[in-house]
Amino acid sequence: MKAYNVINTRLPRVDAKAKATGDARYAADLAMPNMLYGAFLQSPFAHAKILNIDTTAAKKLPGVRDVVTAKEAGLVKYGVSPARYDEQVFCPDKVRYVGDEVAAVAADDLETAMEAVSLIKVDYEELPVLLDIESAMKEGAIAIHDDFPGNIGAEVHQEFGNFEEALKECDIVRTDRFVNKRQDGGFLEPQACLAHYDLNGNLTLWTSTQSVHYVQRSVSMVLGIPIGKVRVIKPYVGGGFGPKAAVNAMEIAACLMSRRTGRPVKMVFSREQVFLHSRARHQFFHELTTGVKKDGTIVALKNTCYLDGGAYSSFGIATIYYAGSLLGAPYKLPNMKYDGYRVYTNKPTCGAQRGHGGVAARAAWEQQLDSIAAELNMDPVEFRLKNIMKTGDVTCNDFNMSSLGMKECLEAVRDGSGWSTKKGKLPAGKGIGVACGFFVSGAGYPIYRSETFHSTATIRLSEDGGAVNLYTAAAEIGQGSDTILGQIAAEALGVSLDDVKVHSGDTDFGVDLGAYSSRQTLMSGHAVKAAAEDTKRQVLEALSEKLNISIADMDIAKGVVVFKNGNPDFSQLRTAYIKEHRGWEDLPSGGELTFREAARIAFLTRGVIIGNGAYKPGELGGKYKGAAVGTSPAYGCSAQVVEVTVDMETGKVTVDDMTDAHDCGFAINRTNVEGQMQGSLSMGLGEALFEEVRFDEKGRVANPSLGEYRIPTALDMPNVRTIIVESDEPNGPFGAKEVGEGAIMPTIPAILNAIHDAVGVRIDELPITSERLYALMKGKRRK
Amino acid sequence: MKKLITFRVNDREYEIAVAPNRTLTQVLREDLNLLGTKEGCGVGDCGACTVIVDGKPVNSCLVLAVQADGSDITTIEGVARGDSLHTVQQTFVEMGAIQCGFCTPGMVLSATSLLDKNPRPTEREVREAISGNLCRCTGYQKIVEAVQEASRRMKK
Ligand code: FES
Ligand code: FES
Repeated sequence: MKAYNVINTRLPRVDAKAKATGDARYAADLAMPNMLYGAFLQSPFAHAKILNIDTTAAKKLPGVRDVVTAKEAGLVKYGVSPARYDEQVFCPDKVRYVGDEVAAVAADDLETAMEAVSLIKVDYEELPVLLDIESAMKEGAIAIHDDFPGNIGAEVHQEFGNFEEALKECDIVRTDRFVNKRQDGGFLEPQACLAHYDLNGNLTLWTSTQSVHYVQRSVSMVLGIPIGKVRVIKPYVGGGFGPKAAVNAMEIAACLMSRRTGRPVKMVFSREQVFLHSRARHQFFHELTTGVKKDGTIVALKNTCYLDGGAYSSFGIATIYYAGSLLGAPYKLPNMKYDGYRVYTNKPTCGAQRGHGGVAARAAWEQQLDSIAAELNMDPVEFRLKNIMKTGDVTCNDFNMSSLGMKECLEAVRDGSGWSTKKGKLPAGKGIGVACGFFVSGAGYPIYRSETFHSTATIRLSEDGGAVNLYTAAAEIGQGSDTILGQIAAEALGVSLDDVKVHSGDTDFGVDLGAYSSRQTLMSGHAVKAAAEDTKRQVLEALSEKLNISIADMDIAKGVVVFKNGNPDFSQLRTAYIKEHRGWEDLPSGGELTFREAARIAFLTRGVIIGNGAYKPGELGGKYKGAAVGTSPAYGCSAQVVEVTVDMETGKVTVDDMTDAHDCGFAINRTNVEGQMQGSLSMGLGEALFEEVRFDEKGRVANPSLGEYRIPTALDMPNVRTIIVESDEPNGPFGAKEVGEGAIMPTIPAILNAIHDAVGVRIDELPITSERLYALMKGKRRK
Repeated sequence: MKKLITFRVNDREYEIAVAPNRTLTQVLREDLNLLGTKEGCGVGDCGACTVIVDGKPVNSCLVLAVQADGSDITTIEGVARGDSLHTVQQTFVEMGAIQCGFCTPGMVLSATSLLDKNPRPTEREVREAISGNLCRCTGYQKIVEAVQEASRRMKK
């Protein structure tokens, strides 16, 4: 393998020191002189008509500078997918969930803003509340959105191969049902933003987002401000995991009030508002029928799925497609039928969360595959290996496995966990389970139909040759993209990471669709690599003119120019450089021409050196309806073995051991890859064992706090044996592809399979709390 | 009615008037501009707002500023010395214990205060000491490893 200097290392993150010292500024840390504070009035009812809004008293309160409702905001609809723009900043005529925004206030301080909010009088007429799929789909149920009588917001029907015919060849056919619970993103930083509309009509919005690009487009569209006058900047962001991927009402409201008052406006969600906003994982109801031959060949799958979408569409259309399409791999599956329905209910809106759409389906199917393996009397690992896809295979729904180290992952966790010595041999109450998963490396298409580049990047060399400035709109939200992109730029240009200054997350720095669907290493990485190569070419061209050496005979590596045919006499260039830097310390000496000198010479001959790069995926497979969701330039995959102990008296599950292997194509930063794997696993563990957003009968979130909505603590998570598998992805920069989301896929089913191994019960409902497991165990004993 | 309080924060004396309902988190962030202390929940669940008060790590969102009258407080801004990081910060940086970083100030303070009292903690003791500090990003493993490595380095 090629030797690299900057990538495939364990270099510390470029933002780590700022974060370790408290210097890093997040949106809630920002302030501007003369700033106002905004607060929302949100609906107390899950479903109600708005008859009248009276803001008179609020407007009169001293210190209040603006009060806005739908009347002031206008009625432009927005959302994620243009086909389902169904949100408005403020509800004009009816509210659809507890927390729906009705009005906002900007005041001199937060206390005054909140007091003013309490003075706004709204007359509501309550409507029937639909809190679950059954009541929402019932004949004659009230329509939550007029355009969607029956409350089915989106449905998908796909068939690849012929399921019914294929089933006739099968020896074993199994049908199982599975339901998970609504999850919350649980990121530590609540959303916050600061908007500033200046006297020249330029709007700047600093916000906690995963995509400055989509926020810019939405704000511009809703408020009618030309897109060139809207600048969105992402400061440090404290996690996103999906819910921060689309614009939120707070961002638009703050911009609106800033424009109306001429003053900066800051808004911050409380933790309870984070739960109300949600946009995280849907509740999925899957029914899966799988047909397998005697020899263990998987032949056919039918998947019917209902999603409880909540009040608006958000990412839901993509979610419902993903809930079907992602089961096309990592096993050879020639016949697949899918029927999916996303249903509106009077609850906070669900959207995208890590492993978007695929997590519950994967949990259900990987557990069912274990049941089938048991019927076949086959070892679950052997059964999976028999059906596994490999590099070059194409799924029945046209996903191209341009690289797939699935077999390597499965063998690695089998060997790394001691599977063979443990499976079937552990004492009662202890169990071991395995599962596989896979995921896209970036959605192949923008959310709105467009030929736009998914990512652009610019490198500007500082005029003194001292620094490489990388500009990208990619969003660092904790996953490590600033570091990864800095490393890619440094490697491709031939300098060290220390020489690169990463400027990111700003719409003024280019187009980047942002941090979602695990896209940034591959897509932004490509753009950055191209920009670095363009920069390098320009520097070498300038040198070539001065030294009369062909570009092909030169390169840059480790911060110095490499002359392939021996060093020429570059003393004139050095003299010129030193003259330019008269009186400075740290002048270059020694026998090598440094990158600094070369960059300075290039500036002196050609002006500012700017390198450009841009990336969009090439032709992707799939011509059928919905092919745009799930087709990706590359697919990551993973396998996991988990060991658990179940307390037979209480049903309490302890996860003792996790072995995880992930094929990330090529690890740009090994520490980061492991970190993404470990973080994914902890989120999966939480979702398997305790996470559930609950509602009361009025549609209010019953546990809107991190005390009652439990995410894993350091005591819940074991150490993970993390194994990085590299398959050299031809469509990835330096062979890299995703790790951020796919790593969560096998966690839940591996835990469920381990619990089955320990106590012999199958689980069809998440989370598998002590109570639920205890009841299942008791039921089994009674039988 | 505002009340006059005095306290030491990061070795500096402050005398300020605070309203009785203001939390220590708010006063540190808004009055003293020490923005390294984060607020993730405001009700004592997440540990992002952890600061050290008289030697003990506490959730500053649960402490009223008036209750901190007369106390000695360390926030994340008081941990590094000039441009040299505390060993715990250094191991966090080197070993990948930081992702989004929102939990990091609280984690670092919980970890340093553990090592002050117990320089050689077991893995279990480290996990217990940071169990009130939620982290959604890292899965905790690299944080635990960084604290253990810091303990080894500080011993030397
Ligand atoms: S902000 Fe204080 S514990 Fe969460
Ligand atoms: S690093 Fe993001 S919450 Fe810990």
